[in-house]
Amino acid sequence: MGSQGGFGQSKEFLDLVKSIGEARSRAEEDRIVLHEIETLKRRIIEPDIPKRKMKEFIIRLVYVEMLGHDASFGYIHAVKMTHDDNILLKRTGYLAVTLFLNEDHDLIILIVNTIQKDLKSDNYLVVSAALNAVCRLINEETIPAVLPQVVDLLNHPKDAVKKKAVMALHRFYQQSPSSVSHLVSNFRKKLSDNDPSVMGAALCPLYDLIMIDANSYKDLVGSFVSILKQVAERRLPKSYDYHQMPAPFIQIRLLKILALLGSGDKHASEQMYTVLGDLIRKADASSNIGNAVLYESVCCASAIHPNAKLLEAAADAISKFLKSDSHNLRYMGIDALGRLIKLSPEVAEQHQLAVIDCLEDPDDTLKRKTFELLFKMTKSSNVEVIVDRMIDYMISINDSHYKTDIASRCVELAEQFAPSNQWFIQTMNKVFEHAGDLVNIKVAHNLMRLIAEGFGEDDDTADGQLRLFAVESYLRIIGEPKLPSTFLQVICWVLGEYGIAYGKYSASYITGKLCDVAEAYSTDDTVKAYALTAIMKIYAIEKGAGRKVDMLPECQSLIEELSASHSTDLQQRAYELQAVIGLDSQAVESILPFDASCEDIEVDKGLSFLNGYVQQAIENGAQPYVSENQHSGALSICNFGGQTHHEASTHGLRFEAYEVPKPVEQPKPTLVSHVLSTELVPVSEQSYTREVQQATSVRSLADAGSNEIKLRLDGVQKKWGRPNYSSPPSTSSSSSLNAVNGVSQHDGAGTVSLNFRDNTYNYKKQQQVEIDPEKQKLAASLFGGISKAEKRPSSTSHKSSKASSHVIEKSQETKSVVETTPPPPPPDLLDLGEPVNTGDSSSVIDPFTQLEGLLEGPAASSANNSSTFSSTKESDLLSLGDVMTTPSGFMDSLSKDDDLLSASSNASNDNGHAQQSQGSKGPNLKDALQKDARVRQMGVTPTSQNPNLFKDLFG
Amino acid sequence: MTIRFVLMVNKQGQTRLAQYYEYLTIDQRRALEGEIVRKCLARSDQQCSFVEHRNYKIVYRRYASLFFLVGVDNDENELAILEFIHLLVETMDRHFGNVCELDIMFHLEKAHFMLEEMVMNGCIVETNKSNILAPIQLMDKAS
Repeated sequence: MGSQGGFGQSKEFLDLVKSIGEARSRAEEDRIVLHEIETLKRRIIEPDIPKRKMKEFIIRLVYVEMLGHDASFGYIHAVKMTHDDNILLKRTGYLAVTLFLNEDHDLIILIVNTIQKDLKSDNYLVVSAALNAVCRLINEETIPAVLPQVVDLLNHPKDAVKKKAVMALHRFYQQSPSSVSHLVSNFRKKLSDNDPSVMGAALCPLYDLIMIDANSYKDLVGSFVSILKQVAERRLPKSYDYHQMPAPFIQIRLLKILALLGSGDKHASEQMYTVLGDLIRKADASSNIGNAVLYESVCCASAIHPNAKLLEAAADAISKFLKSDSHNLRYMGIDALGRLIKLSPEVAEQHQLAVIDCLEDPDDTLKRKTFELLFKMTKSSNVEVIVDRMIDYMISINDSHYKTDIASRCVELAEQFAPSNQWFIQTMNKVFEHAGDLVNIKVAHNLMRLIAEGFGEDDDTADGQLRLFAVESYLRIIGEPKLPSTFLQVICWVLGEYGIAYGKYSASYITGKLCDVAEAYSTDDTVKAYALTAIMKIYAIEKGAGRKVDMLPECQSLIEELSASHSTDLQQRAYELQAVIGLDSQAVESILPFDASCEDIEVDKGLSFLNGYVQQAIENGAQPYVSENQHSGALSICNFGGQTHHEASTHGLRFEAYEVPKPVEQPKPTLVSHVLSTELVPVSEQSYTREVQQATSVRSLADAGSNEIKLRLDGVQKKWGRPNYSSPPSTSSSSSLNAVNGVSQHDGAGTVSLNFRDNTYNYKKQQQVEIDPEKQKLAASLFGGISKAEKRPSSTSHKSSKASSHVIEKSQETKSVVETTPPPPPPDLLDLGEPVNTGDSSSVIDPFTQLEGLLEGPAASSANNSSTFSSTKESDLLSLGDVMTTPSGFMDSLSKDDDLLSASSNASNDNGHAQQSQGSKGPNLKDALQKDARVRQMGVTPTSQNPNLFKDLFG
Repeated sequence: MTIRFVLMVNKQGQTRLAQYYEYLTIDQRRALEGEIVRKCLARSDQQCSFVEHRNYKIVYRRYASLFFLVGVDNDENELAILEFIHLLVETMDRHFGNVCELDIMFHLEKAHFMLEEMVMNGCIVETNKSNILAPIQLMDKAS
């Protein structure tokens, strides 16, 4: 083996390969291939070509297509080759056909027959080759032609055939689930096959099936768990090992399946805890494949019903990933962190510096992954920093696919968490300015509606300020060249509605600006239409207010120009404008009232104003109208659901607009407001004050139970709060207890961040690396949203100082244990590690703490509100100092301590493995020389131009 | 969780092996290969072996002058794919002995056969080297 050329390959073929290998440019390669196409076209139709020669031709055709040229002239010869009796030629034929044809190609019909024949062959290699082709070439229509044979092959004596038959069935399932719905039980059966490959193959279709319907496969949880256990315990033959890891790819697939089955299912999850715990604990963190399995176990642990110990182990694993030098591992760590964060948000705070390192890394992949993580952990306190970062990044990239993605994420975050109206408008302006044509038009409509509606509070002055701010910012931006069309539409609409409101700008100023827009973007009809309508509104408002309208000359000419426009829409608008201006002020006011875009327009659905006319017609002998419903005898339900039902039941014309003449008191078409309430998350300053309210006026929260506050809490909890399934703070408790809860929760959060700083300090000491204060600032603003309340919990630390000293001893004890044995999570520390107190600790808190908390709450969170950098920095330093003098707060850093230890040992061997394996296989000079000599003999002379050609792959 | 394609491309951006598990026209393939090779070549050795491209990810690994690129869905375990590439190379190495770019070029069909044994319907189905190579060795003997 290992020969290059020779052994039946012709010089012609070798020359071709050699010349392709030596081509220095795309153009040269194209020239070679085009020449080759000519040769092949001529040669391949010659009579009596020897089979071996034909095989070479076919492979040359494969080259032609691989290098980007059409080889369809030779397809038929590949098809013919599948008929050959020689297995090597047959398989080459099948290979070429699968590479050339898609499943809907006309030639497939010629192959189906051959496949049918080959599936019955005695030679298992022939059957295997045919099954490979089945997986690539059989489409929905041809499935029945081969299905019976494939099913028979599931019980073939050869394991290799069984495995491929399973995959063929899997393929049929992918193509048309209904065609094999009666056969899916076979996949279950194959799960208990004696051959690991067959079992492993059965996992692929099972994964797909479980993805769609997990409930039907819950009975298999036990089987999957026991298989995984057996694999992990090395019960499979050694030949399935990869780098000393037993069948890792099967393990990973099993873990993916378990994650699906255990998600949201406590009972199923409980069966997995042991094996998952073992996998994570025994993971081989020194090899890539070990880490791949470890990562998958972590993903599984964070997907299934949570288990505190498992999550802690997962968090440890993640911190090892994040502290690694390998970018690959850090990438996996960030990804896993994003999964775990939903369950235990405090984990992110432990790793803030690692996360920021990844965010600032020049590696784009890592950066994007980190943005994904930040997106998941955004809350109202850090939204400004995160969105600013995202926008900066969005501006810096060119890839439109990712730009769109990140723009829509910015919008989503801004709508959800905006701390203030001004910030919201500014953010949206930036997004529109830089990615306006990429974002969904709906976003623009949402923005307009938001400006019109205000932010849900019945506060007219606030709404007014918002609008005025929007108008001002748009007037600033409007002069900039080349704004995206969508953004201009928003600008025009807002200027039209609110441009001259609040008396700041004159009508002529605004209309002038609008004319400029229409002129500057004369190719964009939509923008012109928006601008024209805006001008109309402004004149209407002027007129309605009884002021005299002086039309600017440029306006005049614009209207004249547009009334002769090719676009009928623009023409109509222009004529309407002229007509409206001609009306008297009262009529104008009722046509275009000021700020009425959100008013519900009452539609007289019954057309009652026509009653007289109808009456008259009936008196004159006309047939009364019989409504559609009366025709069909269907129930006359006038809601949306009824309508869809209606549509389904009748064909032909629809008559909804006229049906069911009922008085207007009918359920008002609440479509608008309905949509608003669901689509627009009310963004307001209240999302800030929420925290304050929680701390200060807890009583009101508890007894009044004001709907609004509760709603907001919900929204936040989803993103960042306690996981949903964690037991809620005891609902039966009195209001005072609730108050305690509120405070203690706050304290808990505060201490976490304190701890983090402690950790930072350790980190700094250990690594002897200067941490950029900029980074710290960033960290604080990203993660330390709550931490600004950190002056407060002095009483808590005082309370727990006894406990913490105790823990320190403990931690040192366990540290030494950890070094020798894998760390068994000590249960008592577990409890301490959980910063968010529930029932028992809150009952311990002394009343003074409560009082303090209540008093300091507002102050702390007002600092929170204005999360400026300077204040953050100050508090950072303070807290650092605090930590250095007194080890305050809960000492939950035990896990971190041993992380650091292991990380240092870990870092060194991250890449070690790959290098090792490569080293052992390193370039064998002798071999290479021999090869070289052999090739020379064959007439393939390597030129000095392309030395890489002969370099060993492993070099 | 499927593999979309497996590519082997050298440093000059020339395709040495291409296997797609979903149908693309020749022009689409050519464009795709050009884009991703450019992306991967621009990256340094320290950077991640993963690149996002459109709506999927590319996991790549470099052996001397040859890049192995595997396009996968977003929910795929990237590290595992990275090791899958290495497994493929080890398998080829076992068969060819000190495999190099030219081995793949001269025995394109064999490289394809190995890949066919390892991946079906975009799923990794076989990772046992003896199982992967058995049919290929048998065919060699037969002819």
